[in-house]
Amino acid sequence: MTRKQKRLAVIAGGVGVLGVAVLLVLFALQEQIVYFHSPTDIAEKPVNPGTRIRLGGLVAENSVARGQGTTVEFAVTDTANTVEITYTGILPDLFREGQGVVVEGAFRPDNALFVADTVLAKHDETYMPKEVADSLKKQGVWQGNEE
Amino acid sequence: MIVELGHYALVMALAVALIQSVLPVIGSIRQDAGLMALAPAAAVTSFFLVLLAFIALTVSYVTSDFSVQNVWENSHSLKPMIYKISGVWGNHEGSMLLWILILVFFSALVAFFGGNLPAALKANALAVQAWITAAFLFFVLLTSNPFQRLNPAPIEGRDLNPILQDVGLAIHPPLLYLGYVGFSICFSFAIAALIDGRIDAAWARWVRPWTLAAWTALTAGIAMGSYWAYYELGWGGWWFWDPVENASFMPWLAGTALLHSALVMEKREALKIWTVLLAIITFSLSLLGTFLVRSGVLTSVHAFATDPTRGVFILGILVVFIGGAFSLFALRAQSLKQGGLFAPISREGALVLNNLFLTTATLTVLVGTLYPLVLEAVTGSKISVGPPFFNLTFGPLMVPLLLAVPFGPLLAWKRGDLLAVSQRLYAAAGVSLLTALAVVYFATGAPVLAALGIAMGVWLICGSLTDLAYRAGAGRVDLQVMWQRFKGLPRSAFGTALAHLGLGVSVIGIVAVTAFSTELVTTMKQGGQTVSGPYTLVFEGLRPNTGPNYTELQGRFAVSRDGEQFATVTSAKRIYTARRMPTTEAGILTIGPSQLYVSLGDETPDGGTVVRVWWKPWVTFIWIGTIIMSVGGIVSLFDRRLRVGAPAASRKRAAAAEQAI
Repeated sequence: MTRKQKRLAVIAGGVGVLGVAVLLVLFALQEQIVYFHSPTDIAEKPVNPGTRIRLGGLVAENSVARGQGTTVEFAVTDTANTVEITYTGILPDLFREGQGVVVEGAFRPDNALFVADTVLAKHDETYMPKEVADSLKKQGVWQGNEE
Repeated sequence: MIVELGHYALVMALAVALIQSVLPVIGSIRQDAGLMALAPAAAVTSFFLVLLAFIALTVSYVTSDFSVQNVWENSHSLKPMIYKISGVWGNHEGSMLLWILILVFFSALVAFFGGNLPAALKANALAVQAWITAAFLFFVLLTSNPFQRLNPAPIEGRDLNPILQDVGLAIHPPLLYLGYVGFSICFSFAIAALIDGRIDAAWARWVRPWTLAAWTALTAGIAMGSYWAYYELGWGGWWFWDPVENASFMPWLAGTALLHSALVMEKREALKIWTVLLAIITFSLSLLGTFLVRSGVLTSVHAFATDPTRGVFILGILVVFIGGAFSLFALRAQSLKQGGLFAPISREGALVLNNLFLTTATLTVLVGTLYPLVLEAVTGSKISVGPPFFNLTFGPLMVPLLLAVPFGPLLAWKRGDLLAVSQRLYAAAGVSLLTALAVVYFATGAPVLAALGIAMGVWLICGSLTDLAYRAGAGRVDLQVMWQRFKGLPRSAFGTALAHLGLGVSVIGIVAVTAFSTELVTTMKQGGQTVSGPYTLVFEGLRPNTGPNYTELQGRFAVSRDGEQFATVTSAKRIYTARRMPTTEAGILTIGPSQLYVSLGDETPDGGTVVRVWWKPWVTFIWIGTIIMSVGGIVSLFDRRLRVGAPAASRKRAAAAEQAI
């Protein structure tokens, strides 16, 4: 093989692998990403049931109710609007009423209940998920330090 | 007093770094040996100055000097001593100081071990190291000074985030930084070569041990971080494709590629431009990682405190260094002469394939990590790119790469014989296929993909063993000769085999735990029982306990198999007194290579406790594999061919001289 042919082979192989990777990435970006919404976003523009989303806000006061067994119900609010959440599993250590959380899951088709399979709270008591902080600022109810 | 001394030492280190940034370069242009000789002296000096600063901060932590703001914010007088020391880097300022300490440590090592480097290359490389050092010293002194005093001094500190109060903090960041920052040496050598306009196989021989050392530390650091997250966060996962994990994983992927391409360059003088580019890319990804983690653009456990000026400052450093390096590369790359021809089917060809897949995989991780940030900046919509994205993009790219790994070391340089190599791998392929069948047979209902995944791990392990066997002359000589030859194999052959074998072990662990782990969430009352995998857990109830700086409720579970109790496992919910912060301590019981993982949840109104139990078969293989990989790196580091100054030729001469006597 001449140097030129060799170079061509390397470039062809490279373009091939890269092409496959680009296709995979485009496909995955279309199918596998999850959008973040605040309760107000959802009130303004409802999300199709079954579509996975992330929902962030504060855990509404007096909303946490332990049901039978391991299911917990609570509400996430950005003070303007509120979404009811149901979750089965163990809540994060720093989950409590009035704290910022992000939940991931989808709305049930039959009612407005949001079924979460993941609840993320912070790792630190002074930390607020950035998405939640931003959406609270938009609502004008941000009380933390100005960043 | 020691605090001011530390601060002063940092300022002095900056001054020394500035001198080291400029004078050696002028020296190399003017061929002035005196100016060039400044570089190693300056490198060693700035190492000791930064070390002094680091010791000063450590002393403030050990003595709980709360007049120092950094200590007040992150320490507590009741904190156990080990966490007082590791707490030094458990915060933004301290971790940046550790970053710089390791950077200047590497510069000092180059100064110390680089006795036989060409003077100009050494001077320029150390000057580039000093540019990085100076940039980050400016960063620390201007935006993240750990020596800020408080007046009046508070009586008690605010304690370290309880999640960080773990032996993991003592090990994970230093190891990770040794890897991350260690790649700066490859970067500096690449820039120095570009300045010089000359590069040859000797360059690769100097760069390879540094790459190998950094890679080994990074491998161990990432694995340690993964295990730490696994047992500390109580979520039972070992890798989350979190942007912060990706930040350390990208330099690892690029560094792995660099390790392999430098091999081609060293042996065959080919792939020069590519290797230089990879060296730049690898450290650029380290810088990008530092930016992502330290600037606060991401929300994670690693983002200690967010301050926009810091983000902008690191972004500035990032743009200047990466932009500058790529511009220099674009200007100078053409002047580097190409070498060595090779056929596509050859060791070189296999290593090019390795590089192709590894860099493409790095790219997909990069896209997945940066896309949400870019999208938010451009359109304002917030998205999260999670594991499904990476499983779909990174996963398929790894399959052909892993399949090809055993072929690589068996192929000859220049022109290889694929058929002959395939024949040598028949045994390995056979064992792998039998494993796949065995998995399907014994784990009834096992997904076919899982069986194939485990077979892939076995294929990697058998492939490495095959490589060693053939190098020792299997099939051509009798066993005794083989054993002699085996013992005489170069260390780097063992290093390669161990690294690939470790990869196989990790693959088995990953596949097994992904396919066969079971999870259940349930409420349990005292005396209640639940089944996980082949084991039965009986809840023995909650019991209060007090630690040095926390109180906890321990939940004990008796574990039995076939009605016979053989162990207990304890999980706890802790409250750290100083921050009133609750944490969950997972209970982990290691049974052979597998683990039973128990996490306590809240108490339910009817007096039960929510419990989450995972059965994770073969999970420890994931980390055992990475340990084997790191050991491979260390073994390879001790190859005498890598010890510059004792090249093969002179060894032969020495042997000949011995015989003559």
